[in-house]
Amino acid sequence: MPGSPGTPVGTPEGNPLIAFFVRRLLQAVIVILIVTMITFALLRAIPGNVAIAILGPTAYRNPATIAQFDAQYGFNKPWFDQYFLWLGHLAQGNLGYSWKLNQSVASLLGNHLPKTIILVGISTVIALIVAIPIGVWQAVRRNKAADYTFTALSFLFYAAPTFFVGTVLIMIFADQLHLFGAEGPQGGLVSDFTDWKDLTLPVVTLALVTFALFSRYMRSAVLDNITEDYVRTARAKGASERRVLIRHVLRNSLIPIATLVGLNIPLIVSGALITESVFNYPGMGYLFFQAAQQQDYPTLLGVLIVVAIATVIGSLLADIAYAVLDPRVRYVSS
Amino acid sequence: MPPSSPEPFAPGMNTPLAPGLDSIVPDEFEPDDAAPGTLPSGKSRSMFVRGLEVFVENKLAIVGVVILVLMVLFCYLGPFLYHTDQIHTNLAIENQAPGSGHPLGTDSNGYDVLGRLMVAGRVSLEVGLAAAVLATVLGTLWGAIAGYLGGAVDAVMMRLVDAMLAIPTLFLALVVVSMFPATELELIIVIALTSWLTTSRLIRGEALSLRVRDYVQAMKVMGGGGTRAVLRHIAPNAIGTIIVSATFQVADAILLVVALSYLGLGVQPPKTDWGGMLSNGVQYTYDGYWWLIYPAGIAIVLVVIAINFIGDALRDSFEVRLQRR
Repeated sequence: MPGSPGTPVGTPEGNPLIAFFVRRLLQAVIVILIVTMITFALLRAIPGNVAIAILGPTAYRNPATIAQFDAQYGFNKPWFDQYFLWLGHLAQGNLGYSWKLNQSVASLLGNHLPKTIILVGISTVIALIVAIPIGVWQAVRRNKAADYTFTALSFLFYAAPTFFVGTVLIMIFADQLHLFGAEGPQGGLVSDFTDWKDLTLPVVTLALVTFALFSRYMRSAVLDNITEDYVRTARAKGASERRVLIRHVLRNSLIPIATLVGLNIPLIVSGALITESVFNYPGMGYLFFQAAQQQDYPTLLGVLIVVAIATVIGSLLADIAYAVLDPRVRYVSS
Repeated sequence: MPPSSPEPFAPGMNTPLAPGLDSIVPDEFEPDDAAPGTLPSGKSRSMFVRGLEVFVENKLAIVGVVILVLMVLFCYLGPFLYHTDQIHTNLAIENQAPGSGHPLGTDSNGYDVLGRLMVAGRVSLEVGLAAAVLATVLGTLWGAIAGYLGGAVDAVMMRLVDAMLAIPTLFLALVVVSMFPATELELIIVIALTSWLTTSRLIRGEALSLRVRDYVQAMKVMGGGGTRAVLRHIAPNAIGTIIVSATFQVADAILLVVALSYLGLGVQPPKTDWGGMLSNGVQYTYDGYWWLIYPAGIAIVLVVIAINFIGDALRDSFEVRLQRR
């Protein structure tokens, strides 16, 4: 999540919005380049012979394969040559080849990534739909019983490890009540919708964890806005409390939600990894977790770089959305 | 991370305050003989007392401290009062329900769950605390140096932080522990190396505003170097931010280590932590062996909530100090 938004200042010459976009885009490109360097450093840090770690132990029997690998990836050359070769492969969409799963990492991601997008997308939307009204309600009835109850709940779901929440849900709703499945839908994308009973618990688990994040934010955002001058003005002009809340406070509190979601992508994706592991849901997180257990380095590093790039792009889009949505914000280069 | 993450849109964090405006208050002057980190004497002690008063008035903070103290006593003194064998497996008494002799039952290796909760808790607390301290030191130095030097060095250092923040901590930690099978020490280092980033950003913000203060300028005129500025002036004056962020770091580190252990890549048997206990217990979810799941899970939740209560209260206390500046 690169850079906090620049310092909001008065309008300078030219279009500050476009200047901000360009600056922010450049920053994102630099950050992605550094991410590739970190990933490359991790590749070099693999203990033992990298060729054998990547090609699999059977490569021992075939020195020709190792020699070919070393030549292809430049492992017989200085490290910076290796890096640029590797970067070139990456730019062509070559994320590596998993010898454990006998499939290219790109095609593995093609199978697993959409499942994760469904899980993360649905649960984030549900979390927002539930958290926004509750956060507003808490702020309006602050320091009353309802506020304390939901504050306690959000603390609870923030503190509870995702795997504990998932396991408890399985014990109650799958094992005891037989309402929903204990294992996520195993088939392709279509199964996510035909087997919605199996998708319910993973979605609820992830939604509960992100709910805690969003409702706490909404509560404090509404509390901040409610004391602003424009609220007093609206009230003075005779606007009903309901109108003040919805037309003024809520609208202003919602603007940064895009940024909030963008900044928390790493956290949500981590939550998805655990959720997928608990429910054996064959998404990208589960793929990554299994790769970590089996020391499947090509898959690990391939997924790592895709997740990181997605995070950078996500926070870039969030920052841009924030700048576009909030006319008060004007960015200049510092 | 949520409560500890800075408000992404908070203004003013990066705006250096005008020199001279803030340094007129006497408590800003650090006596030269004071060691870094110690509280300055004189008027600022009353600031400390005021902060303490705010902390004590906060009921949730007291609840947090009480829970944490009880947990520490439970884990460290418990085994002296409640003797169990946590070394030898005993399959004759595996997976027994809570009852006489075993208040919380036994697990699949025949270990007493209550006793196991104590030994496992030590590992979770120790790894969490050590990793948080290490991450805080690293993040403080990184942020203070970047903020103090500014310019190109700052830009390079902070872009590295941005890039590392783009990689979810859990993913990065999993890659590293899959390469190097984790001992406790390695877990501490891995967690620290992946979680110092937020701290460094917060401290950089403080350093940017502190470095233009008169007393730092005066020190430079007198020939003081950058190391001195960072260690004697910037870090001690950002102590509030450092302590608050370190507190939340402990909670995050505990959550990370239990997650790694749950995934089977954290603390390795025969040692275990609360995450490892849960990981062992979930194999019996469908047998209804609830005593393998709830005790460890609830222990984690209690400790993390307690630390968050304390962190929130500390933040309020230090804000009182800031308001008086």
